Amino acid sequence: MNNLQLNKEGKLHHFITIEGLSKEILTEILDTAESFLGISEQPVKKVPLLRGKTIVNLFFENSTRTRTTFELAASRLSADVLSINIATSATSKGESLLDTIRNLEAMHVDMFVVRHAISGAGHFIAQNTAPHISVINAGDGQHAHPTQAMLDMFTIRQYKHDFKPLKVAIIGDILHSRVARSQIQALNTLGVKEIRVVAPKTLLPSHVEQLGVKVFNTMEEGLDDLDVIIMVRLQKERMTSALLPSEQEYFKCFGLTEERLKLAKPDAIVMHPGPINRGVEIASSIADGPQSVILQQVSNGIAVRMAIMTLTLQNKGDSV
Amino acid sequence: MSKIHIANGRIIDPANNIDQTGSLYIADGKILSAIEAPADFTADITIDATEHIVCPGFIDLSVRLRDPGLTYKGTLQSETTAAASAGVTSLCLPPDTRPIIDSQAAIELIYDKAEKANYRHVFPIAALTPQLRGIELSSMAALKQAGCIAVSNATVPLANLLVLRRAMEYASSHDLLVMHHPVEPALENKGCAHEGFFSTRYGLPGIPEASESIAVAQCLELAKLTDCKLHFSQISCKSAVIKIQQAQKYGLDISADVAIHQLHLTENDIEPFNSSYHVLPPFRTAKDRQMLRKGLANGTIKVICSDHQPHDLDAKLGAFPETEPGISSLETLLPLMLSLVNDKAINLTQGIACLTQNPAEILGLPLGALSPGLDADICIFNPDLSWTVNPQNWNSAGQNTPFWGTTFKGRVTHTLQSGKIIYTLKLNTS
Amino acid sequence: MDNNSLKISTLLAKLESELKQLISKRKLKNPLMIGIHNGGGWIAEKLHHRLALQEPVGIIDISFYRDNFSQTETFSQVKPNLLPQQMEGRDIILIDDVFYTGRTARSALNAIFDYGRPRQVILAVLIEQEGREVPLRPDCSGQTLLLANNERINLTGPEPLALDIQSPDKQLTAA
Repeated sequence: MNNLQLNKEGKLHHFITIEGLSKEILTEILDTAESFLGISEQPVKKVPLLRGKTIVNLFFENSTRTRTTFELAASRLSADVLSINIATSATSKGESLLDTIRNLEAMHVDMFVVRHAISGAGHFIAQNTAPHISVINAGDGQHAHPTQAMLDMFTIRQYKHDFKPLKVAIIGDILHSRVARSQIQALNTLGVKEIRVVAPKTLLPSHVEQLGVKVFNTMEEGLDDLDVIIMVRLQKERMTSALLPSEQEYFKCFGLTEERLKLAKPDAIVMHPGPINRGVEIASSIADGPQSVILQQVSNGIAVRMAIMTLTLQNKGDSV
Repeated sequence: MSKIHIANGRIIDPANNIDQTGSLYIADGKILSAIEAPADFTADITIDATEHIVCPGFIDLSVRLRDPGLTYKGTLQSETTAAASAGVTSLCLPPDTRPIIDSQAAIELIYDKAEKANYRHVFPIAALTPQLRGIELSSMAALKQAGCIAVSNATVPLANLLVLRRAMEYASSHDLLVMHHPVEPALENKGCAHEGFFSTRYGLPGIPEASESIAVAQCLELAKLTDCKLHFSQISCKSAVIKIQQAQKYGLDISADVAIHQLHLTENDIEPFNSSYHVLPPFRTAKDRQMLRKGLANGTIKVICSDHQPHDLDAKLGAFPETEPGISSLETLLPLMLSLVNDKAINLTQGIACLTQNPAEILGLPLGALSPGLDADICIFNPDLSWTVNPQNWNSAGQNTPFWGTTFKGRVTHTLQSGKIIYTLKLNTS
Repeated sequence: MDNNSLKISTLLAKLESELKQLISKRKLKNPLMIGIHNGGGWIAEKLHHRLALQEPVGIIDISFYRDNFSQTETFSQVKPNLLPQQMEGRDIILIDDVFYTGRTARSALNAIFDYGRPRQVILAVLIEQEGREVPLRPDCSGQTLLLANNERINLTGPEPLALDIQSPDKQLTAA
């Protein structure tokens, strides 16, 4: 599993999950992203690094935001980028997925950026694609969203510099969140002091503590003395599937309010992967307030994705 | 019919308490005698079974032949060949074929096909409800008359407990065994892996242990209520074993089987997203596996089955949750049973009883023993012969097994069905 | 090779006088001096001081503009370019420490042209080593050198600046 992402020299060829990647590799991604950060601020927001490469965004699940940042990242590296939205139901067959991949392979593309509603889809594509093609997982089911986790790590490092002393909490729908899973793995690998998850039991997966986190069921306990607060988006369908009674009750218990924010350290930063449900996960005044780094996350997302695209395309896969 | 002399084998027949080196004599398709040489016996064929074990042919309570209807996954011909090569001489076919086994015609079709494939002991399990819809009762009396061995709704859930109650009552009035997969579908909730650390780590929809144990508890109450002869198919968790054990102590006529792979693999053995490990019920924890083994040793679970489910390549080609569950498992049944013996989970006699005497008793079949006069269904195997799971050694059309490439000890060398040699291992001597 | 002939101050003095001539001959107006990170940047600082130019030295890092993407070791230390907002129509003096194959100069020109169309660009280098691989050459240099195959000249700095010639291990060459 973990070797799938690395070639024989131990270099990153695919980017499917944080699991199995060393601290050195994660740090290299962050450092490389640092180099790319300047490009977006130049009058000409483009370098010719990936000129002649073809990157295909394969989105089996709609996400304008994520797709846009991947498109921008590819464009800023001068790659040719093609986005394909494949509307599929959850029961889409493996064959059609594989056929899509085979067809695009025959058109000599260099990279697939894949978003899929089923856990393991990125893994499956990486396993079944030609060795010269790199695969980046842009979110698969409830499994992983490693580029989002890396941009969050990048943002944390920007504000906090050192991971070691940090207490970080991830708050909200951990059960369904691929972002939370990848964040937990990244924070553990980078060696923060403490990771917490804060949610009602209906939104926590079983044995979650074995991922290396402390579990809290109330905000009052969970927010105490934090350096970093990461809010997770709450999907509306959680209400209809009897996981939560109502948005109002959720906000009452787990919404990030001014008062609750005071429980954390005064210089704590507030993060959210977006899009925000104002008044459900987070009060507007906090989302737009001085401790929020939500928009910074979005800008960083482009540099981090540029870095991951560059690093994976630099390293050839092993021919099987 | 020819007279066969199987010489010098270690004969193990749990039903008759035999474990002794000697000869087995077969004439006219029936067992003539074990150990004691009959008078005036001149063999047409002699099989030298030195250093081999000779035992009754295996009886498998759950084998998907995929025929009729799903022949792109396997055919009656390919899968009965696999069964013969695995020492399986009798197999029960769950009703989820196409057509579904809910009519006399479907049962007759299967008997016809089995005869054409020269494999006599295919026992169809009829659908508990028409089209497995889980709503009305199937014509169990007619189905029994046509030759079904038991009734079951396969893995399809019933509409509610009332349907199950009525089905159990009705089956019981016709003295039909009900084979039931204990699953509470609302709790299974379209999961594909055991709800635990593995499913959490890889973001896979989980199936809690409670989805099985709650269903077991409900069925046990209904068994008490209806006085039905009930068999639980392919249980997977610790609390199910405990509940069944308690019910047996209470005096209920309850039996259970376990799929062979559940006695070996746990969630920790799953290679992430490798669809070969996608099975239902899912691989659970080491504690569950330990309890399943214990239940086997103390007789709570009487039968080991293969739960053979061959698949075409496409069925397993995809992201884990969207692939079809099931393992092609007939041919690894014996070596995996021997490995349980090797692990000292059970002894060899127990292991053989779980594949022969016990399933025969549950089904009420005069099989699974080497008693004189019974059909000569025999399995001869070399317990020390090593072999590797690869295309050369594989007979099933389904190559979907997590054991692909694994080297095992223990291999069937001869299989006899009603005194006819239906399988002989051909070893490559090159 | 006589090391005395590679004295930095002598080379800088020669480069300074050549540049002065060139500035007047090519009628450079308010020239912008850009050094290529990192050796070119050090040399640019020295020349900038000697020529008493007004505008601060610009620095470009050409890592993202190289033509050998898959052989590049790392992009983790690439510096952001320090260039003025307005590059269109400017006169530019591009500075590097060593001109060898010409590929660095090509990359630097590409980078500069991404910022706008300069009126003219002149290229000045401390050392021009024989070995061009693209049809470009510097407009002026402190010294032209012909080195043995596989010998490379390298500038270390920023303080003190020094040049040294590295010849690869004989055994490695033999292998």
